[in-house]
Amino acid sequence: MIWKIILFLLIAFVSIAGITFPIVATPAHWYDFPLIPGLGENAKIIFFHVPTAWLTVIAFFMSTVYSIKYLRKKDLVDDIKAHTSAQLGMIFCILATVTGAVWAKFAWGSYWSWDPRQTSIFALLLIYGALFALRSAVEVEEKRAALSAVYSIIAFVTVPFFVFIMPRIMRGLHPGSADDTNAGTIVNFKMNGNMLLIFFLSLIGFTILYYWIWYVGYKSMLYKEKLNKQYH
Amino acid sequence: MSSYALFKKDLASELRTRYAINSLVMFIVVTISVILFSIGNEKISDFLSGGLFWVVIFFSAMSGLSRAFVSEEERGTTLTLQLIASPTTIFSGKLLFNLILVFAMNIIIALLYSALFDSFVLKNLSLFLYAFVLGNIGIAIASTLIASIIAKASSKGTLYPVLSFPILLPLMLTLIDLTKQAMDGTTFESGYIELAVLGCYDIVMIAASFLLFDFIWKD
Repeated sequence: MIWKIILFLLIAFVSIAGITFPIVATPAHWYDFPLIPGLGENAKIIFFHVPTAWLTVIAFFMSTVYSIKYLRKKDLVDDIKAHTSAQLGMIFCILATVTGAVWAKFAWGSYWSWDPRQTSIFALLLIYGALFALRSAVEVEEKRAALSAVYSIIAFVTVPFFVFIMPRIMRGLHPGSADDTNAGTIVNFKMNGNMLLIFFLSLIGFTILYYWIWYVGYKSMLYKEKLNKQYH
Repeated sequence: MSSYALFKKDLASELRTRYAINSLVMFIVVTISVILFSIGNEKISDFLSGGLFWVVIFFSAMSGLSRAFVSEEERGTTLTLQLIASPTTIFSGKLLFNLILVFAMNIIIALLYSALFDSFVLKNLSLFLYAFVLGNIGIAIASTLIASIIAKASSKGTLYPVLSFPILLPLMLTLIDLTKQAMDGTTFESGYIELAVLGCYDIVMIAASFLLFDFIWKD
């Protein structure tokens, strides 16, 4: 219970602070955000866009970890955990794509321009979609679990190419691209202290939120399976 | 049973029915002529013709390479293979067959394509050849593993491109980029990083395939 209250307060604070704190040229108060040249008020979406993109990868990573666990121990609970994480990852992936496209519209001029980062998030969407298509095509539970585990591992080994290699060797608009002045970092650290603080609070808040939804999700799926077995 | 024996068995049964070869050759002809019809008398840019080249290769691979394991399931020979050979042997035998098929197919496509498309001129041939060889190996490895996955699923035909595309995407994007560089005639050194990416992809894929194939193959 205490965790839910903390999470509620954290997410509420981050949402309110991220949206309402003013952006000024010379920050004087503790709640002022600095003006980042070329971004202006658009910069505020970073508190929501980066956490969703981060959770897309984290959810995929968790799904792969539980897939490996399943292949080692053949315990169907691990498969359910991996599947729940993949479902959540799909939701966060859509959110990251949409918030990114909205940000791109105002910062780069168009919703979609096949920037390497946009290509990689699109590929992640395709991977999640393919994973669900594969799951629905296999009837036997154990076979479905093994095949989707193998597929998510083989898809996960291609993710470094999308997330770390392609955006750095190809030219693009997203921070961290090959022709960006501060190549190497994904997050452009032109933020000041309080902006960074809210940014990391947002990351932490969203990660706890993910963990909580994942926990409730796989528990409910387990109970559903149990009930199904009792009545059939 | 060695993987070479499995390869010879696949080759013999393929030469007897010529199922994959016939459908592949026809598929290549159909795809290229559809592209030619849709272009008509328009002059297309160099970059576009380089990209379309890999589109033809991707869809031809999707139509021909899925047979590797599906044919065993259809003939009901999967159990026999499981009894007489280890998973590693099976996978390397199938991979060998698919490698030969991919190379034969892509060389035919490359020859046809450069004969039919005026704008497809490679100024730096050696860069393209390196990319071509590394790319073919990558396509063969990834598509063999995906073929073994879909052989166990129910909707085999439609699922294959859906599963393969995200896996092959980093390879395809790098290959399209390298083809553009070869057509621009840039030096070999400038394409070095992309070639290294292709090499890494091949190594990662072959390692993952041999590790994971056991879990797909054993029921």
